[in-house]
Amino acid sequence: MSRLAQRFAESKRAGRTALVPYITAGDPDKSASVPLMHALVEAGADVLELGVPFSDPTADGAVIQQACERALKHGTTLADVLAMVREFRAQDARTPVVLMGYLNPLEAFGLKAFVTAAAEAGVDGVLTVDMPPEEAEPLAGLLRARGLDPVFLLAPTTDAARLKRICETAAGFVYYVSLKGVTGAANLDVAAVRRRLESVRRTTRLPVGVGFGVRDAHTAAQLAGMADAVVVGSAIVGRIAEFQSQRRDMLTKVGAFVRELRQAMDAARA
Amino acid sequence: MSRPLKQTASFRESLRRLPDAGGHFGVYGGRFVAETLMGPVEDLRAAYEQCRRDADFQAELQRDLRDYVGRPSPLYLAQRLTAECQGARIYLKREDLNHTGAHKINNALGQALLAKRMGKTRLIAETGAGQHGVATATVAARFGFECVVYMGEADMHRQAINVYRMKLLGATVVPVTSGSRTLKDALNEAMRDWVANVDNTFYVIGTVAGPHPYPMMVRDFHACIGEEARQQVLSAEGRLPDALVACVGGGSNAIGLFHAFLDDDVRLYGVEAGGEGLASGKHAASLTAGRSGVLHGNRTYLLEDEAGQIRETHSISAGLDYPGVGPEHAWLKDIGRVTYDTITDSQALQAFHALTRHEGIMPALESAHAVAYTMQLAPTMRGDQIIIVNLSGRGDKDIHTVASHEGIEL
Repeated sequence: MSRLAQRFAESKRAGRTALVPYITAGDPDKSASVPLMHALVEAGADVLELGVPFSDPTADGAVIQQACERALKHGTTLADVLAMVREFRAQDARTPVVLMGYLNPLEAFGLKAFVTAAAEAGVDGVLTVDMPPEEAEPLAGLLRARGLDPVFLLAPTTDAARLKRICETAAGFVYYVSLKGVTGAANLDVAAVRRRLESVRRTTRLPVGVGFGVRDAHTAAQLAGMADAVVVGSAIVGRIAEFQSQRRDMLTKVGAFVRELRQAMDAARA
Repeated sequence: MSRPLKQTASFRESLRRLPDAGGHFGVYGGRFVAETLMGPVEDLRAAYEQCRRDADFQAELQRDLRDYVGRPSPLYLAQRLTAECQGARIYLKREDLNHTGAHKINNALGQALLAKRMGKTRLIAETGAGQHGVATATVAARFGFECVVYMGEADMHRQAINVYRMKLLGATVVPVTSGSRTLKDALNEAMRDWVANVDNTFYVIGTVAGPHPYPMMVRDFHACIGEEARQQVLSAEGRLPDALVACVGGGSNAIGLFHAFLDDDVRLYGVEAGGEGLASGKHAASLTAGRSGVLHGNRTYLLEDEAGQIRETHSISAGLDYPGVGPEHAWLKDIGRVTYDTITDSQALQAFHALTRHEGIMPALESAHAVAYTMQLAPTMRGDQIIIVNLSGRGDKDIHTVASHEGIEL
């Protein structure tokens, strides 16, 4: 059983919705990421999503776009990101790590070389935002062969036929994009998400995560009852940006926010 | 016809058959967008396929191309430029005479009619030189759409006249301050707008790039350039030309000229922006100096660093200042059907002056790249041979750039 499957099974048994915080690797600089990853776990994260910075992140809003710019200014490469996962794994063998990013940096690294290096570093899943199932080979096959889960997005604009196809290609979990927009947008409609998740549930037995536009503990708590996992990105990255020059405060503030999300989600399930 | 056509569709598969159902030109093209956009691009493809076969749609498009755009654009024999070059006869395909002064209107008009059919009320566009933004703002005014144009802040300074033109036409011009603040960043921003407003918004992409069906659709809307030129040269000369030359940024005017000739024995030359020279690293020659990658919804040649991050590009011409290129060009390069080469900023400036002084025609700096290449090519050919160069736009918008390069303040 993969680390992701195991973690989702544990959460389900415990009646707990998984909390999946996102940070961009190398933001605000390379030395910040591993301490942040540990701080997120300590504050109650179940799975970590680590963004691979890209110069042209078209599916991301301004907050994550600027995080990519900060990470790239310090020269963060995919090799650096994998080194961060390796370093994190030395201390934490249990928390799954999913890389999230765009296809071009992976191709520049070489897909085979990337998958081998990711598996060795301790990566558990890879979500390639601009790679729909139609274009998923050879990467998805290479990932599966090494026991890594190819994670895919579902969107409000995904019709029934695509939903079926995506769920057949995906592994680990599927990630439902809760709104028509980029990451960090403000218009998440909880009732609409609930209706859509019902049809996702009828299609797949994979765990379902929900993200894009989860700004606060209140929204996270509302989603906790309907999803297996809640992904929070821009709200965390925004706090990293705010405290980028005060490293100790940054870890404290980010930890406190994630703890707040955790408590609100647990209270909603209690 | 005085010359036999060596390579025709009957001897081998037509080069005009692509893309495939998934939008691929060989290994290039495809659809590389976030899931939220997969539904909308599929809806767009279905709507376009329907309109393509719809007689009413085609009639409406043809009527506006004739009465609003002013097509067909003339094919003009540039006698004094020909005499100056002492070689092949040089014809100019006068896309600069179209309404709004460039080829861009062909595509903007086609997409606006499609948007109307699809019941959209809002057009968005990205623009570099501003010509596509002006074309989109123009058709938005023509049909009564709301219009928002994304433009890199750096380009807004270079192309201030076009910014004001768009505003006069009722468009909102949004400055893009991320990344290199040029065309690629404007495209990123337009994609973000589209994903958030897909219900009422039609994204009018200005070149033969992006997720399928854009590269095919934009090509089809510009294919009239080559179809007209083919007929015009046959009636003027009784035969096909020996060579075609067009500038390539994203590559829309080039594919528009080339497509009708792909199966003919005609040499095709695409001219990229060499900027300050390939060795300087300051250029926008993605086909000549780039490698295969994925950006803006398609697989194509890109200018990127070792780690796969997209590089900042440079060209004196804002319309060529883009790190990618349409996927059909990537394929045409790989199969060797089109020769891609570069012209530097200073060569383009010289050609700008040459055409202005010899023919009384001021080319856009984009088109001046094609003119410069033609001026190198023509002397290597015989006097009975023929070159058609696509004069894709007029140069009024570039007067400030030209003046400032010569130290003149207007």
